[in-house]
Amino acid sequence: MRLRQAALHAALTAGGLAMVFPFAWMLLTSFKGVRQMLNAPLDWLPHPWRWQNYPDALAAMPFGTAYWNSFYIAALNVTLTLLTSAMAAYAFARIRFRGSGVLFVVFLATQMVPAQVTVVPLYLMLARFGWIDSHLSLILPSVANPFAVFLLRQFIRAVPVELEEAARIDGAGRWRCFWNVVLPNIRPGLGALGIIAFLASWNSFFFPLIFLNSPELATVPLLLSQFSGQHTAVDYGLILAGSAIAVVPTLIAFLIGQKKIINSMAASGLGGR
Amino acid sequence: MAVLTRARPRAGRRHAGGVHNRDGWWAAFFLAPQVVALVVFLVFPLGFAVVLAFMRWDGLGRKEWAGLDNFAAQLSNPDFGLAVWNTVKLAVLTVPVGLGLALLIAVALNNVRGSSFYRVLYFMPVVTSSVAVALMWQIILAGDENGVLNTSLRRWFGLNPPDWLGDTGWVIVAIAVVTIWSSLGLNVVIFLAGLQTIPPQIVEAARMDGAGSLRIFRSVTLPLLSPTIFFSTVVAVISSFQAFDQIYVLVRPEDNEGARTIVYQVYELGFKDFEFGMSSAAALILLVLTLLVTLVQFAAQKRLVHYDS
Repeated sequence: MRLRQAALHAALTAGGLAMVFPFAWMLLTSFKGVRQMLNAPLDWLPHPWRWQNYPDALAAMPFGTAYWNSFYIAALNVTLTLLTSAMAAYAFARIRFRGSGVLFVVFLATQMVPAQVTVVPLYLMLARFGWIDSHLSLILPSVANPFAVFLLRQFIRAVPVELEEAARIDGAGRWRCFWNVVLPNIRPGLGALGIIAFLASWNSFFFPLIFLNSPELATVPLLLSQFSGQHTAVDYGLILAGSAIAVVPTLIAFLIGQKKIINSMAASGLGGR
Repeated sequence: MAVLTRARPRAGRRHAGGVHNRDGWWAAFFLAPQVVALVVFLVFPLGFAVVLAFMRWDGLGRKEWAGLDNFAAQLSNPDFGLAVWNTVKLAVLTVPVGLGLALLIAVALNNVRGSSFYRVLYFMPVVTSSVAVALMWQIILAGDENGVLNTSLRRWFGLNPPDWLGDTGWVIVAIAVVTIWSSLGLNVVIFLAGLQTIPPQIVEAARMDGAGSLRIFRSVTLPLLSPTIFFSTVVAVISSFQAFDQIYVLVRPEDNEGARTIVYQVYELGFKDFEFGMSSAAALILLVLTLLVTLVQFAAQKRLVHYDS
């Protein structure tokens, strides 16, 4: 039994190292200068440590603005997604109306359509609205989220109907039942969905790449990609300093909330079952 | 977790306070924001894509009816053929290996103490921006002196490894490795959550009957986990068909034909060549391919997936 535990730990640690190595190599390389990269690319430690890569990266690209852009876009997107999908989920879970079943299936079917299939028409439409090269193109389209409706519906169905019936007897209307009775009881679901939606928006690259042009509007992943495109294969230290600036704060946030984040993503993978 | 995974299916059948005559209006009110967003940003663009696929249009001049020309042009275009082939190769390389590895790791985690530490390690790439992931791997896989993998293979083992990102054959393998690495943690925690819903009594009973670890895995764990494995397979195939970020940053496919996928083809036709009709036709072919593969998987699940009821 001891031996088996030891073997499992050894195998898992080996795998864990494979997970950590690219991060570690990024951090170490981000302190290396061009000369070391040419002469001694295999040396683990930078010599000398080139701290200057970080001020240089920050000066070359507006990372501060990009962080703010990514953050407020994700925050608005999450707020709108939570509110609208909880409302729709409430209707599907609690209100009896004609065509409810069919409509729900249609909702789920739209989930199957890949973003790349609709991206050209979406681009043309957003151009007509005047939303290209504007953050509206990132905030609003991703509010349409059938998966979120499905997930929250599962949570609402787990809330005892009796709670709502009691509130109705006390004279509460539909909206107050939804807002004061159902929502407080599905907080874990809202939290999980909020985390998933935030990460999706925070890391999304395809839509920003296509919908944004101005450098000052760029989100963090878009800025990073433009940054690396301008410095290709010349100065890896500088590029990876930029990557580290993009990655490290996210990783710290992840480490703080790891339990909640991992459980939320696992639940979403099980389809809320 | 218990709250997350165990919904009470019966509760929803009853509707609070019975039927009210204004329920239709309330349903419309609650549904309106999502329905409007879905129609405007998903359903309408999908319909528009279908129309565009039958048109010749660069976004400026007049739209012209093109019939099936765009589809014919794409299907006979060697670039597109290559893109389909590469897309299929990427799925075949990533899905079985990625899910197999994830299953092994999840089973291992389910049997050790202190699994939450490993869970965090394996999950780090999942929360990391795909652009940063690609840049991190670029410096590992680069063919020149900067690539730490090839430089070590040369110096320490005297090998002459291929240029992973520059070679037209190997590049898809390199992309597959990066894709597996970055999605492994998600599949691990999903499988782990699935494993934790298997009642220990069943495993115990099998052990009492004299079943060994392998036998328990094959006859108890796998069947009980099969719905989760099926779900993850469907999702993994779809997302490998849609892979774009890591490919775009790791290798610009215009520099290496071996990395050209259908999604890249859609992107290039639409946003570099401004051939909106052609791009939509390629996108619809991708959609049909996705639907077909998903249907095949659903047909196969009837024989392979075990649902208890």
